[in-house]
Amino acid sequence: MTNTEAKTTLSVTIDGEVFEARPGELLIEACERAGTYIPRFCYHSRMKPVGMCRMCLVEVDTGRGPALQPACMLPCSDGMTVSTETPGTRKVQAGILEYLLINHPLDCPVCDKGGECPLQDQTVAYGPGESRFVEEKRHYEKPIPINDNVFLDRERCILCDRCTRFADTVAGDKLIHFMDRGNNTQVNTFPDEPFASYFSGNTVQICPVGALTARPYRFKARPWDLDETVSTAWTDSAGARVAVQSSRDKVIRLLGIDSDPVNWGWLSDKERFAFEALNSDDRLTAPLTRVGDHLVPTGWSTALERAVSLLSDADPDRVAVIGGARLTNESQYAWAKLAKGVIGTDNVDSQLADGLDPELVLGLPRATIDEACTPGGTIILCGPDPKEEIGSLYLRLRHAVVHDDARLIELTPTATGLSPVAAHSLHPRPGEVADLARALVEAANGGPAVSAAGVSAEEISSAAVAIDGSVTIIIGRASLAESADCVTDAALQLAALPGSRFLSALRRGNIHGALDSGLAPGLLPGRTTIEAGAARFADAWPSTPASRGLDTAGILAAAADGRIDVLVLLGSDPINDFAGRPLAAAALETVPNVIALDMLVNDSIAMAADVVLAASGATESAGTFTNLEGRISVCRQRVTPPGTARADWMIASEIARRLGFDLGFDSVESIRAEIAAVSVVHSGLDEKALAEALVDGLLIGGSGDIMVPGVVGVSPSAHDAYSLRLVASRSMYDDGVALRNSPSSRGLARSVTLRLNPTDFDKIGVDRGTVVRTESAVGRLLVPVEPDPGVPVGSAVLPWAAPGSPANTLIDPFSTVTDVRVERA
Amino acid sequence: MSRFSLDNESIAREIISRYPRPKSALIPLLHLAQEQDGWVTIDAMRHIAELTGTTPAEVMGTGSFYEMFKFHPVGRYVINICSNITCQLMGAESLLEHAEAKLGVKVGGTTADGLFTLEDVECIAACTEAPALQVNYRYRLRVTAEDFDQLVDDIRSGTARDIPEHGTLSLVRQSIPADRGAGIVPPEQAREVSVWMARNDAAEQN
Repeated sequence: MTNTEAKTTLSVTIDGEVFEARPGELLIEACERAGTYIPRFCYHSRMKPVGMCRMCLVEVDTGRGPALQPACMLPCSDGMTVSTETPGTRKVQAGILEYLLINHPLDCPVCDKGGECPLQDQTVAYGPGESRFVEEKRHYEKPIPINDNVFLDRERCILCDRCTRFADTVAGDKLIHFMDRGNNTQVNTFPDEPFASYFSGNTVQICPVGALTARPYRFKARPWDLDETVSTAWTDSAGARVAVQSSRDKVIRLLGIDSDPVNWGWLSDKERFAFEALNSDDRLTAPLTRVGDHLVPTGWSTALERAVSLLSDADPDRVAVIGGARLTNESQYAWAKLAKGVIGTDNVDSQLADGLDPELVLGLPRATIDEACTPGGTIILCGPDPKEEIGSLYLRLRHAVVHDDARLIELTPTATGLSPVAAHSLHPRPGEVADLARALVEAANGGPAVSAAGVSAEEISSAAVAIDGSVTIIIGRASLAESADCVTDAALQLAALPGSRFLSALRRGNIHGALDSGLAPGLLPGRTTIEAGAARFADAWPSTPASRGLDTAGILAAAADGRIDVLVLLGSDPINDFAGRPLAAAALETVPNVIALDMLVNDSIAMAADVVLAASGATESAGTFTNLEGRISVCRQRVTPPGTARADWMIASEIARRLGFDLGFDSVESIRAEIAAVSVVHSGLDEKALAEALVDGLLIGGSGDIMVPGVVGVSPSAHDAYSLRLVASRSMYDDGVALRNSPSSRGLARSVTLRLNPTDFDKIGVDRGTVVRTESAVGRLLVPVEPDPGVPVGSAVLPWAAPGSPANTLIDPFSTVTDVRVERA
Repeated sequence: MSRFSLDNESIAREIISRYPRPKSALIPLLHLAQEQDGWVTIDAMRHIAELTGTTPAEVMGTGSFYEMFKFHPVGRYVINICSNITCQLMGAESLLEHAEAKLGVKVGGTTADGLFTLEDVECIAACTEAPALQVNYRYRLRVTAEDFDQLVDDIRSGTARDIPEHGTLSLVRQSIPADRGAGIVPPEQAREVSVWMARNDAAEQN
């Protein structure tokens, strides 16, 4: 060719039809795009091909005559001719299947995979029909548990390397591996080390045979019995797309859907198995009212009348609403309208002092997950451990770092699940992350590197050099024992990096939808404030709050002080989730009236609720979800709610009606129409756009009227030599009420240990695992202690909401940092 | 069930330092573990994983591919009698029967005193000297029943000095100082002629 320009497409002939393939595209992908399916077992579009199973062998002619080539390993080249239906290809397909079935038991009628099994399907389509193998098949112990939820039947395994490749290259948890050789080759774990991965359920989903099965679905149903709808996972804020599958009106399985901008088909086990809580025997099937010390079932009209009489008697300023992240966007909007527009209180907060300043999250320039994962870019983590809090985000970030040359710089108080692949892990002293951020930005902008927050000048200098390309800063709360202001200040420092964008890592379910719906003091729906946005709501709402109300810490302090008459818990559990248990307990003891909307009775409800309104769950009502990027995706109803439980927006409408105002909603569509009409940022939210964006969702961009807040100027108190500074970080599995009601997740909450740097540990002079007294200004815990070199000197790390030892016992929500003394008990 | 001794741990670290990636040292470290305990113990694999930054599953997955790594206790002397065609024609079957009778164990078994494990093996590449066997991978060729009895007696009396205990690859451990190593660098960093090639070039010119 005389033309030196690089070709943008390659001409490939597939079964006689010419097709334009992309450079670098694998033959199996090009054929699929051209509508020709090539059978496969080991090939998976989200993992590197390995060519293990040989099922995709096809006759390929590149000018030297046809030869059998694995289509999953062969990049397309110009002029390539592929024959997928010749006798040669057919013969090898039949041969490979006969070979794979030599050791595969023909137990399809009793196999859980039967009916949705690629091996079964492809044997029917391409197989020889009969086997010539008459000898004994190999035998293994029938299914062995490789962790608490996943079972492995090695007899059925065809050694495709999908699960082991996933564990190695995607999750980074190399705990399953091929063992032995030849005919004895098998997938297994190390003898006493289970496949303890937060992502183990994905291996079950991608297993092309019935070798891997998961406890929650085993023998529950047959694939042809299942009804399925596309929805969104609700346990964290990534908004992973899922297929919700039910049988006989009960959800029994969730599968990940490959959404290119979000989760690539992967799910964390928490997202995958959390539906069990919705099937719990303890689900509320009817409203409850308090009679003496007990909550007893009652009818809706009784419960609503009691709730409404409490609300109508109260001065609006003495009503407060805490929570809302569990709700759909539509229910959140309905509740914002009820609380702020009808009742007239601005004491509304969907975060429990465990999040960030909403104006920081909404006001800063935002990045999508794809932008954060730009190949060759820089990711600065100034927030929680994504592996523990937002599993789907962790997998995307890990892929960007490991496979796409992105550089990760961690500014976290301790090591995280991403530390093994991070370019630089800088661990500032708790409360001083803003100082570290300032030093890093100065060094990156050509200034001298100086030590800050306990991190040396050399470390800061070398990290600053790594900042290049697109810069995304992930913000969130790495520790709930230091105030959100620390992150605000750090984020504002990092905003000075040229071209930097921010990705929020607030974890709690639909928290970003809650902020967009105005469930925060001073905000109205659609990323606007009560000052800037009031005019737009004049027609749709009876009124808007005149002045900014209290946040959750303020509400609870006011309640403890006797200044709140009615507290609404909108799917929240302040006792366990608020960063400051002593204050939450005092507030709930003092506040005279508590109305709760929830699916299960949590500790706060049991302690204080007067009326509990039974709410429907994520798979039981329709709506939409907003993920951490601001991406709206649908949640569809799959099953009917238990008993008389109903959607949160219906409850809001019902309360409003009894208060003498019609919210004007008769469906989620009618709520969406009002959101699109009144919001400055949601004008593109219409039913057609939403339907077209079924898998990838609809990205809602822009900051609306929200201005970036100013620097708070936190300065943590001096650190005395006898104390350690507390780091309270969340883990994937904790003692939350939903996980307590999920049989497969219940046992996974780690028993609590206080982790100290070995230097600090030695000073106490006790053995590993000894129970020590940990005391702060507001509370005390008895916990076992152990050394951990990943914890910096001077810090003490305690998991959040661990069974039996709630870290928030020690936390004062109004102090910048939490110092604890650790002593022999 | 033991981890590396302090001495062996320092040898392990030296072995790891010879490779651009610690994981490359898995096989030599498995040999070291087998040399220490006679077989590869669970704790040793865990220790290897710690030293090389891998997981125990990767260590076991790698090691279990190889028949010569034993993941269960074996005798201090492992006798492998070849059972392939040439040796079979030359009397390997009767030799194996004799060995079973002499040691009082079946093929695959270990004597009660923990001294001998008897195995039959596929071809050990000594067809011209059939029937052949190996004791801890040291050959004995054209073996008769009397030779076998003598071998067992020699081992029992401690006079078979050329045969180390199971797991020891070589009676002499080579110590390679860092500057005499091959100087292998990871491929992505390989910009210049490698150390060993430069050294060979210099030697040729002298």
